[in-house]
Amino acid sequence: MAAAGTGKVSVLLPTYNERENLPLVVWLLVRTFQESGNNFEIIIIDDGSPDGTQEVAEQLEKIYGSDKIVMRELTSVLFSSGTAYIHGMKHATGNFIVIMDADLSHHVSLYLIKQKEGNFDIVSGTRYKGNGGVYGWDLKRKLISRGANFITQVLLRPGASDLTGSFRLYKKEVLQKLMEKCVSKGYVFQMEMIVRARQLGYTIGEVPISFVDRVYGESKLGGNEIVSFLKGLLTLFATT
Amino acid sequence: VTMRKLSQWLCGLALLGSAWAALALAPPGFQLPTPYRQALLPLPVYLLVAFGCYSLATVGYRLATFNDCEEAAAELQEHIRTARQELRRRGLSC
Repeated sequence: MAAAGTGKVSVLLPTYNERENLPLVVWLLVRTFQESGNNFEIIIIDDGSPDGTQEVAEQLEKIYGSDKIVMRELTSVLFSSGTAYIHGMKHATGNFIVIMDADLSHHVSLYLIKQKEGNFDIVSGTRYKGNGGVYGWDLKRKLISRGANFITQVLLRPGASDLTGSFRLYKKEVLQKLMEKCVSKGYVFQMEMIVRARQLGYTIGEVPISFVDRVYGESKLGGNEIVSFLKGLLTLFATT
Repeated sequence: VTMRKLSQWLCGLALLGSAWAALALAPPGFQLPTPYRQALLPLPVYLLVAFGCYSLATVGYRLATFNDCEEAAAELQEHIRTARQELRRRGLSC
């Protein structure tokens, strides 16, 4: 199994109305990979954004080459992180897959280094350990985050300190196996992947990340989000 | 197939629960000496309260030590500036 130094990395980037962020994310990724020397491709899976995200993606494709930037459209009522990843993976040619949201893209190189270190099956970002952290969060948001994570740790004992992170690196065959087994939607899906990975005996490495809030756009954390988080958590508790 | 978390909890609680019930609520004739029974009876509540305190302390500690990444934010702003310049140069209308 090739270690990260020699492997090709496919980045899956599901987007919806990310016209502003997308060029920045792509630029950061390109720069990171050029520095690390990895062969890479960025697969943008757009959910029929009405704000011109696809036009921007096509421009980026011209700038960086269509072997490096791949545009896939997925207009489907069932668009969710899950279906976007399945769709994206079909065309991925790397042996490592990075899954991330289009609003945070700091530390890809850290992930690659960590993977090489321990030949981990999965490398996950954590805001809660080491010098990981957040920026621009008020006390209430931090409290909710820590509280929710505590409950998650008690109930699921997942073996990873941060489950809802949307920034991970997987070995390709590991991700494929997990996608078959996981059934949740949205970010609960991310949580389920880690829990199942643990059960299947995959190794998980953690990298402290700085979660800088959305560059553009609103981050929402209202009562609805909390309720749906708890529902998702209890579902995982009962089904994994 | 591994046992589900919920099942693990239910089994664990059932085990501890029945052990406690057997010892604390035993009918006369099978009872432990009084001091033991008196300690055992409120044990579940004590444990619950202890767990509650532990939870509050842990979450409080983690909240207090939650890092703020000033540098990372500043660095990101830097990168964004550079990115926009370069992308504009390369023909992106942004």
